[in-house]
Parts: sequence; structure tokens; C-alpha cells
Amino acid sequence: MEMNARQHKFGMVIDLDKCTGCGACMVACMAENNVPFKVDETNKRDSITWMRVYKLTNGKPYPEADACFLPRPCMHCEGHAGHSPCVSVCPATATDYSSETGVVSQIYTRCFGCRYCMAACPYHARYFNWWDPVWPDGMEKYLSPNVSPRMRGVVEKCSFCYHRYQLAREKAIYEERDEVAEEEYQTACTQACPAGAIVFGDLNNPDHQVARIVQPDAHHHFTGHSKIAFRLLEQLGTNPKVYYLTEREWVRKMCDQYNFGPQAAGH
Amino acid sequence: MSIKDDKAHAVSDAAAGKKGGGTILLFFILGFAASMVLGWVVFPQLLYSTKSQPFDFNHALHNEEVGDCESCHFFRQDGTFSGVPSLAQCTDCHADVLGESQDEAVFVQQYVHPEREVPWRVYSRQPDCVFFSHAAHVIKAKMDCATCHGDIGTSTSLKPYQENRITGYSRDIWGQSIAGFKTHTYDRMKMDDCAQCHEQAVEAARQAEMMDPVTRHFRQEIAPMIYPLDRQAAVGSSVQTQRDACFVCHK
Repeated sequence: MEMNARQHKFGMVIDLDKCTGCGACMVACMAENNVPFKVDETNKRDSITWMRVYKLTNGKPYPEADACFLPRPCMHCEGHAGHSPCVSVCPATATDYSSETGVVSQIYTRCFGCRYCMAACPYHARYFNWWDPVWPDGMEKYLSPNVSPRMRGVVEKCSFCYHRYQLAREKAIYEERDEVAEEEYQTACTQACPAGAIVFGDLNNPDHQVARIVQPDAHHHFTGHSKIAFRLLEQLGTNPKVYYLTEREWVRKMCDQYNFGPQAAGH
Repeated sequence: MSIKDDKAHAVSDAAAGKKGGGTILLFFILGFAASMVLGWVVFPQLLYSTKSQPFDFNHALHNEEVGDCESCHFFRQDGTFSGVPSLAQCTDCHADVLGESQDEAVFVQQYVHPEREVPWRVYSRQPDCVFFSHAAHVIKAKMDCATCHGDIGTSTSLKPYQENRITGYSRDIWGQSIAGFKTHTYDRMKMDDCAQCHEQAVEAARQAEMMDPVTRHFRQEIAPMIYPLDRQAAVGSSVQTQRDACFVCHK
């Protein structure tokens, strides 16, 4: 639409040493994005959580025992030139990569539920609607009108709260500004995190906090400059836009097998 | 004798066959015509149920009074579009009956006094999955209201609302022509109609960008080397379709 507009690359950095595993991001995400739930949510294989907090343990006895909580949204993988794993396999053009924002979109009315994308996603970030959503009495009135609800038989996933960008852009246009400011577009999980572990912004904009922390190295497959920064399953080459920070080496090893710093150029 | 009989039979059979063929052709033509009429005339009649608005509204009259569309259909401070006015806006002027029309009497008695919102049927209502920014089109792209909404602003009465019995949406989304032909930009409001205009905009921008060879060379060859972080401008922002990305108009 806007050819001369700046090419954004919205991304996230999550400090695992700050995360306490409280789950506020999961709750905020579900409320923000009209994520359906069931009466019995014990079977995690068919429940939907766009943002999921995993618990990692180093498996050592006391006093070396350590635990780490790992929030996992959609990684919005860029892959090579926008060919993220899920986008490449979608036969319905229901999921798409935008070179303008770097967001992997999911159009629910376009999806026919083949679930190739779920098989392709190495992060289990995609979820299938096995049932039509059923909301408790009266709760329908509290659904967000800015996010379209999903129906049975389609795949859904985190959108980086893209509706917030749409609304922020609308406001920017109304005020005749060209760009959306950093604080105007923040995801629900970022704002909900009481520990401030999640930072969200434009990785292409050096003024944004997320870009300052990560400093993605364009010559090395956008790996972070910091030694404590890593991405999940770096060696797969999915080129995700969610970065993690931790001082703890066992966490880095567990998430990444080995640290993929700018020094380790092979990819 | 028998040979003669056979010949006579053969001749009459041939005549009967010719006659039969004509009948079949006639039936085919009649059947074809009937199914065409059924498909193109009867089915559309059955598909849409005609519903009337709560009461009639004269856009032309109001336009004369207030001057422009934006007075009633305005942008909110946060850039969102107000759409159909709420009752509170109407009662700024219509606290009591102003004119002599029957419709206004209905409005004041049934909606203003009991403070009930008017359940207007919106001709342009879109499905949930559609994100449409009036600001992007009206303020940024400087489009006229009439490009999409037609001459509703100068109409003196509301047309009947034809509701699709299956989908519940207005006929104005598909358009009056059941075959899908359109002569004006405002004849339909389907995704194809959005996409058509967006594709033209992308193509125009691409043409403008590729005008002189120096710019073209810089953008294609030199810029990606100097600024590897900046993506080379694609035809459209969508990797899958090379058009505008899906999230431009979907949510």
C-alpha cells in the first residue's frame, strides 16, 4: 500500500531472568484476542494459548536446582525473505508474511483447517479450533470487537496484537503523522508483564528499545549482538523475531542446543 | 411383400426419429430457458428478503442543513470512524418534532422520547474479519465518500434493505447485478472491489518508483548493499501474493 513507507520489522525480546512465570501475559493475551476456552482445559493438546509459558528445569538436585520460565508467543519467523515455515506450506494463502511490518498474519475465514502450518511450525505456536467457541453467558458482550472470533475448523495463532497497530495507525493518520510511535503499538502481553520482562518494538528502528537491546546483525542472519541474546532453535534457520535474554548458560543450551552468537557464522 | 413392409417401416421410423429429435431439441431449449430464468431471475428474488428501515430518512435535506457528510459521520479523536450517528447526535436538533413529515413523528415518538437507539440496517455492513480504516481512505488517500457509498448523500429517501437470507448481509455487498457486473465503483462492496483498487494503487506506486533508471538502479542494486536491514521494496507487502498484505484489510 505504501511503497515509500519505512519497512518495519516488529519483534520482541523477552528477558528470561526477569520472568517469574506468573502467567499474566497468557491471561492478558487470551482476554485481548478473544481466545476461546473450554470448561475442562486439562488436555493441553487441544486447548488454545497464543502465549504459552513453559517451565524449564536444569534437572539438578539441590543446591544446583534451577528453574526458568519461558514465554512463547508466535515467533513471526522471517525465514529467508519472508518464507517462514508456516507461510511456505499454506495451500490456501491463509497465512502470509508482510514485508511492511514483518508480521505473519492468519486470516481465519481463508483457512480451511488442513493444519500443514501446525506441522511446519517448530515452536508449536499454532492452534487448531476443534470446536466452535462457547462463551459463558454474558461474556460475549466483553469480547473485543477489534479481533475477529474464530470458528471451528481453523488454525489460529498470536498476531503480535496486530489490531493495536491498525488502530494506532488510524490515529496517526487522523493526526497526520507518518509513523506510529513506539509506545502507541505495544502488545497486550508486553503491557501486562509485571516484571517488565517483555520488550516490544520495531527491530528496524534503532531508536526503539527492542532494537537497542538486540542489535540484530543483518550480516549474520539477524542474530543478536549481545552474548546473552538467543533465539529458539536458531540452527533451523527460521529467523524468528522473538529474542530471549538470559545469563544462565544451561537455559541457552536447552533452548538453542548451543549458543549461536555472531561468531558462529555458519547457518 | 415383406421387403416392402420393411421399407415402409424404415421410412416411417426415420420420420418418427426426425420428429422425436425436434421434440427433444424443443424440450432442451425450453428447459434451458426455464433454468436460466430460474437461476437469473427467480433465485435472486428468493435469495434476498426485502426489509424496510425503521423509518425513512432524507439525506439530501440533512445535507442542505448541515453542509457536509462529516458533520454527522465524523471521525473520533482516536481516528476511528463514528459511522451511523447515535441517537444522542440526532437529538441535538431533534429533541422534538421539527418538520411535518410522518417519518420524523415516528422517530420522535418511538425513539427519541423512549431514548431508544434506532436499529438502522446498514447497507455497507462487513463481516467481522474485515478491518476497514475510514481514516486511511478519506484522510490519507483523500477519497470521496461517494466512491464507495454512491450518491446516498443526495438521496431523498432510503432504499429498501435487501437482506441475503443465507449470509444476512445486504445485497449491496454483492451488488444488484447477480452476474457480478459493475459500472460504478460503488456498485459492489466485495473483497474483489477492495482488492481491485488496492492493486491499482500498488501498481501506480511501482510505476512511479521505477520512472528513471538511476533511481531504479539505486533501489535495486545499491540500496540493499548499503542498508541490508531495509528490505527492498517489493511489489506489494505480501510475500505470498505480491499484493497488499492480508493484514492490511483483515483482522
